[in-house]
Amino acid sequence: MANDVCFRTMHLDDPASLKTYESLGGYKMWRKILKEKTPPAEIIDTLKTSALRGRGGAGFPVGLKWSFIRRDLPGQKYIICNSDEGEPGTCKDRLILRYNPHSVIEGMAIGGYVMNATVGYNYLRGEFTEPYEVMEKALVEAYAAGYLGKEVFGSDVDFDLYNHLGAGAYICGEETALMESLEGKKGFPRFKPPFPANFGVYGKPSNVNNTESYASVPLILEKGGDWFLELGKPNNGGVRVYSVSGHVNKPGNYELPLGTPFKDLLEIAGGVRNGHKLKAVIPGGTSMPILPADIIMETDMDFDSVQKAGSLLGTAAVVVMDETTCMVDALLNITGFYSEESCGQCTPCREGSGWVERLLHKIEHGQGTPEDLANLERVANNIAGRTICALGESVAWPVGSFIKHFREEFEYHVKHKKCMVAGA
Amino acid sequence: MTELLSKEVKAEIDRWLKKYPEDQKRSALLPALRFTQEANDNWLSEDLVKAVAEYLDQPHIAAFEVATFYHMYNLKPVGRYQLNVCGSISCKLCDCKGIVDHLKQKLDINVGDTTKDGKFTLKEVGCLAACVNAPMMQINKDYHENLTPERVDSILETLE
Repeated sequence: MANDVCFRTMHLDDPASLKTYESLGGYKMWRKILKEKTPPAEIIDTLKTSALRGRGGAGFPVGLKWSFIRRDLPGQKYIICNSDEGEPGTCKDRLILRYNPHSVIEGMAIGGYVMNATVGYNYLRGEFTEPYEVMEKALVEAYAAGYLGKEVFGSDVDFDLYNHLGAGAYICGEETALMESLEGKKGFPRFKPPFPANFGVYGKPSNVNNTESYASVPLILEKGGDWFLELGKPNNGGVRVYSVSGHVNKPGNYELPLGTPFKDLLEIAGGVRNGHKLKAVIPGGTSMPILPADIIMETDMDFDSVQKAGSLLGTAAVVVMDETTCMVDALLNITGFYSEESCGQCTPCREGSGWVERLLHKIEHGQGTPEDLANLERVANNIAGRTICALGESVAWPVGSFIKHFREEFEYHVKHKKCMVAGA
Repeated sequence: MTELLSKEVKAEIDRWLKKYPEDQKRSALLPALRFTQEANDNWLSEDLVKAVAEYLDQPHIAAFEVATFYHMYNLKPVGRYQLNVCGSISCKLCDCKGIVDHLKQKLDINVGDTTKDGKFTLKEVGCLAACVNAPMMQINKDYHENLTPERVDSILETLE
């Protein structure tokens, strides 16, 4: 079972076209739901059975999330797709948008039906010009075929879908920042509660899911919740697109069952480059804690197993580092990203991320003292849990985990003013 | 000041306005600034930012907040081609520094600078979501992946 859900068009000619999608049974479920007036609760139950958990990073159960919107309340509601892919290491949604756009459209339309929302927005990061053009073309096709618009297929269901473009800000991948951005503002995350299901974009009930989550929905409904669940593991249903990058021979996006052992995934990705030894892996995008080789080699790649191993599966962006990697330098790179992308709203994150980056810069460049190392840990610890959104943790977790597993490298840098890794 | 916006840019903004509720014109700010920038050699002057705000019936500050918050807006002139090399972890592990160093040497500029002839601006940017094809860079709208110094040379040769 590989590349058979969100990637199922990938190996075909003209993968993004409506014709290709329909040839695989695409939009069949959308037609069926509209024709049979499938009770929304039934669709939610199927999603709950499937154990589809959010593919954007947090892993929240999609069926449960869809049940939060009170569909019978009067007023406009919105379906939002988070295509603001930007967590370092993650590059799966870009492929889904480029090669299977109709699965996203169908998933969002079904969401609109279930939650009684007649308008959807697909928020793509501003740099995604090509995926945007593919999505726009797909929308034109979907409208022309009558899958979108008013009174779809003679039903009483309306669903209009629009693509929106960001303008370069990692923070807009945070769902409330995304909604602020969609409203034409700076991407400042909002306090929660109220949650988007009650107070979302334009203050209306809104459901935000990741691109891959929506794209998974049509096939789950077609083949059944149990089918999807059994592809993966209990509480970790289905397949997941793993973006394997870094020091491997065959980096790539691999859609494989949740629970695939890491060592198998590494083998599929061609093993560690140049016959080097594996040093460490970040299993879920750079905001997640790093795991050293001996732990990750014994870990299965599903939400619960990775959590048990001491990290989180996040976006399933698997960043592989071999023995030549300097951990101080790698952490400096990671925290530099979050320092740059901190929106500046919360003082602990805005100031703390800068302190962390500067302290690491000192240590990396041979000017660090033992006090700097202690301060690094102290500052990072003081960010976590003290910010509106999780970007604070995106600084704190890498710092904590890198030092926990590779403390001797940091101490070596401080003591010897140079790196203990040959060639780094 | 809206006369600073061309007919084409206004038409594009009008097209985008149809995507949002009628009382939510502010939603078109990001795309409006984008198209205005594209029509102005890829940068936004203060007057252009004000013009966009006025066209959307927003206070100037609303447009300035957006223009200064998001990375993709250039508030100073840039080269015809913006070479945005990804510097995040996957690209770093695959030696994006080698690509940046190569470009610095070849173009004789530092990161953040523009060549004297106004052709190239070199930048190092955060993750562009092409991590499995590292190292990579974006040149204006296009992604260029699996870069080597040789490949960078041949790409630059194709740019007028």
